[in-house]
Amino acid sequence: MSLNIIVLAKQVPDTRNVGKDAMKEDGTINRAALPAIFNPEDLNALEQALRLKDANPGSTVTLLTMGLPRASEIIREAMFRGADGGIVLTDRVLGGADTLATSYSLAQAVKKFGNYDIILGGRQAIDGDTAQVGPQIAEKLGIPQVTYAEEILELKDGYVIVKRRLENGVETVKAPLPCVVTVTGSADACRPRNAKRVMKFKRAVSPTEKAKLTPEQQAIVDSREGLNLQEWSAAYVEADPEQIGLPGSPTKVKAIENVVFTAKESLCLEDNDEQIENLVKELIANHTIG
Amino acid sequence: MANFYTDNPDLKQHLSHPLMKKIVELKERGYADAEKYDDAPLDFEDAMDNYDKVLEIVGDLCGEIIAANAEDVDHQGPRVENGRVIYADKTKENLEACRKAGLMGMSMPRRLGGLNFPITPYIMAADIVSRADTGFENLWGLQDCAETIYEFADEDQKQRYIPRVCEGETMSMDLTEPDAGSDLQSVMLKATQKEDGSWVLNGVKRFITNGDSDIHLVLARSEDGTKDGRGLSMFIYDKRNGGVTVRRIENKMGIKGSPTCELVYKNAPCELCGSRRMGLIKYVMALMNGARLGIAAQSVGVSEIAYREALGYAKERMQFGKAIIEFPAVYEMLAVMKAKLDASRCLLYETSRYVDLYKAYEDIEKERKLTPEEKAELKLYRKYADACTPLAKGLSSEYCNQNAYDCIQIHGGSGFMKDYACERVYRDARITSIYEGTTQLQVVAAIRHVTTGTYAALMEEYAKMEVSEKLAPVKEMLAGLVEKYQAAIAKVNEVNDPAFTDFMARRLVEMAGFIIMSYLLITDATRYNSESMTKSAIVYGNMVRAEVEKHAEFIANFCPCQLDVYKA
Repeated sequence: MSLNIIVLAKQVPDTRNVGKDAMKEDGTINRAALPAIFNPEDLNALEQALRLKDANPGSTVTLLTMGLPRASEIIREAMFRGADGGIVLTDRVLGGADTLATSYSLAQAVKKFGNYDIILGGRQAIDGDTAQVGPQIAEKLGIPQVTYAEEILELKDGYVIVKRRLENGVETVKAPLPCVVTVTGSADACRPRNAKRVMKFKRAVSPTEKAKLTPEQQAIVDSREGLNLQEWSAAYVEADPEQIGLPGSPTKVKAIENVVFTAKESLCLEDNDEQIENLVKELIANHTIG
Repeated sequence: MANFYTDNPDLKQHLSHPLMKKIVELKERGYADAEKYDDAPLDFEDAMDNYDKVLEIVGDLCGEIIAANAEDVDHQGPRVENGRVIYADKTKENLEACRKAGLMGMSMPRRLGGLNFPITPYIMAADIVSRADTGFENLWGLQDCAETIYEFADEDQKQRYIPRVCEGETMSMDLTEPDAGSDLQSVMLKATQKEDGSWVLNGVKRFITNGDSDIHLVLARSEDGTKDGRGLSMFIYDKRNGGVTVRRIENKMGIKGSPTCELVYKNAPCELCGSRRMGLIKYVMALMNGARLGIAAQSVGVSEIAYREALGYAKERMQFGKAIIEFPAVYEMLAVMKAKLDASRCLLYETSRYVDLYKAYEDIEKERKLTPEEKAELKLYRKYADACTPLAKGLSSEYCNQNAYDCIQIHGGSGFMKDYACERVYRDARITSIYEGTTQLQVVAAIRHVTTGTYAALMEEYAKMEVSEKLAPVKEMLAGLVEKYQAAIAKVNEVNDPAFTDFMARRLVEMAGFIIMSYLLITDATRYNSESMTKSAIVYGNMVRAEVEKHAEFIANFCPCQLDVYKA
């Protein structure tokens, strides 16, 4: 059985390697100082997708990402590892979106894509850490969702069996297709880039990138299979202007504070419930937690 | 995100050597494959970009997976069950990663499923893999055996076996036997031709690296009643056909992840590779030359990790109120380690380029007649490759042992404990100067290039190269050392006693090697405008002057009449 698999992915600043220049004076992220990478859990999702493809010859894995035109970089990265192609949903009017507007926009793109069997994505992106976009897309498409997936155990006869990694153990669930599955970082790491695929797909370009090439280079892109990536606009996916970008985002950032921990004192607690309870109360009282 | 290629800028510089243009153009035959294969390069820059990108994958796998697995592999090691080898769990993981990344059959042509890489970027990958896990480099590096099938097997055999190697099946070369180690002419494993013309193997092989591989190249005695190398032929044994079992694996000092097997052949079906009687004299010699270059790369990788481990520790370890790297005794050791590493890397890639050039011409010769100029180049580069390979293998392996020793020394008492990687590096290093021909046998292979003047010719070539102002004094000094080298040869020729020549062979070969490596280092440091290589070139120059003069003195003052004193 051949499957149409969509992998949702995001290009994110590499917040795991934060250097001293990572934040600007005003507390916002200095994107120039942070390399843009493939969101780590989306790579876990890609691996699950590629395994489905391995097990079901003839399947295609398509990456779908929303972001700046340069997000085509992660589509190439996915193709180096085994994906067949990808779409960048990119448009100025999509900028400033919160999770609600983002999931609406992506859901529109999925509808435009049409015939799909399963949608995979990472549990959350390391820049926002919300874990909301995957589930919201499922809701907007009106299909089931399986979150915290660690492994797709089986896919056949119109359903999928997924192992979920939860706080206190694992749970195995069955869901009808099509559905959205979001994958955790505890799932197997993504396979490496493949040498031949890198040499082949290093030339894959989005229309924005292609426009900057010489006519000879453009001719090569057209003469070989799979090198033309897609770029979709908000209008192309028939998105309602009121529901996308800033207008479609009820989340408003009130203020961002750059918190620098200056306290040097330390506290030693005895190993008993009373002292721990006192500490917790204190932390709640001073709003450190809660 | 460790990447063992991108964190070492010297590698990319070596890859950018001006001779690469010629190598790539010969290898790609004017980039004709671009019409047929989507992964084939369009031109020189495109090909170099491909090597760079693929080496980045190698560096990533090595930094992220293979190096991280090395300690586990060393502890668990492989085992034998029911006559079959079971790799350590992490070895399986490493192999699987290499397969998925498509890093097998790198130098094989595209039509057979390979990447069609020249030897130089392939050898660079070996250098990187060895730094991550020296023992694993063997399993991965045995893909080199496919080269022998490509060169000598018939088309049908190439079609059947090489794509399997490119897909990730492993190989082994079954040469050594209990009574045939360095002396392969004594191989006894019996190949018998049946009435239907097919062959079977019977007997025992010992010390076979990765002996339970999928595809074996086997050296066996096909000519009944013969006793020397002329009765030996090369066979391909396919594990799928059965007939070979693993009796035991050795409990080794180092490279513990690489299974070293004793194999029993019982009517094992096999097929002849190439012509009868050419097994040792032609094919094994070719196979060994490739393997020796591989060990040179492995040795450079060991030197790299030894240097890095030592440097890291010396910067962190505080004694007497400062980091130990501040003390002359320690920083001298580190500078010398780095100089040996850089010098052996320069010779490694110089050798691989010569191999690339002559092999490309040999391959083209299969398709068309070479022009007289091309023929002359083929001969020249083959001679240089023949001369440089034993130097690179012999001296780099000795250097990596010295570097591993110094790495432990810098760690002090901690280095003697099992807590640091340096103790594994020390054990892994030890085999490099032994297998694929001991250093003593590399000297035997190299000495004729001392006496016939190949090394002197190379020195003459290198002396013409431009060097930076900083390194001009080293170059001037080397001219003096060349004279001492010539004087030492003259003395040996004058004595004209084979026993004396053999006795002095190691010294002469070392003198040649040291001078050549020093020339390469000053030229490469200049060409790549590299500050670190320039430092190494100065340190190495100082070292080489002392070493060459030591040998020169010894040879000049040694009376052949003293030879008897040395005999047991």
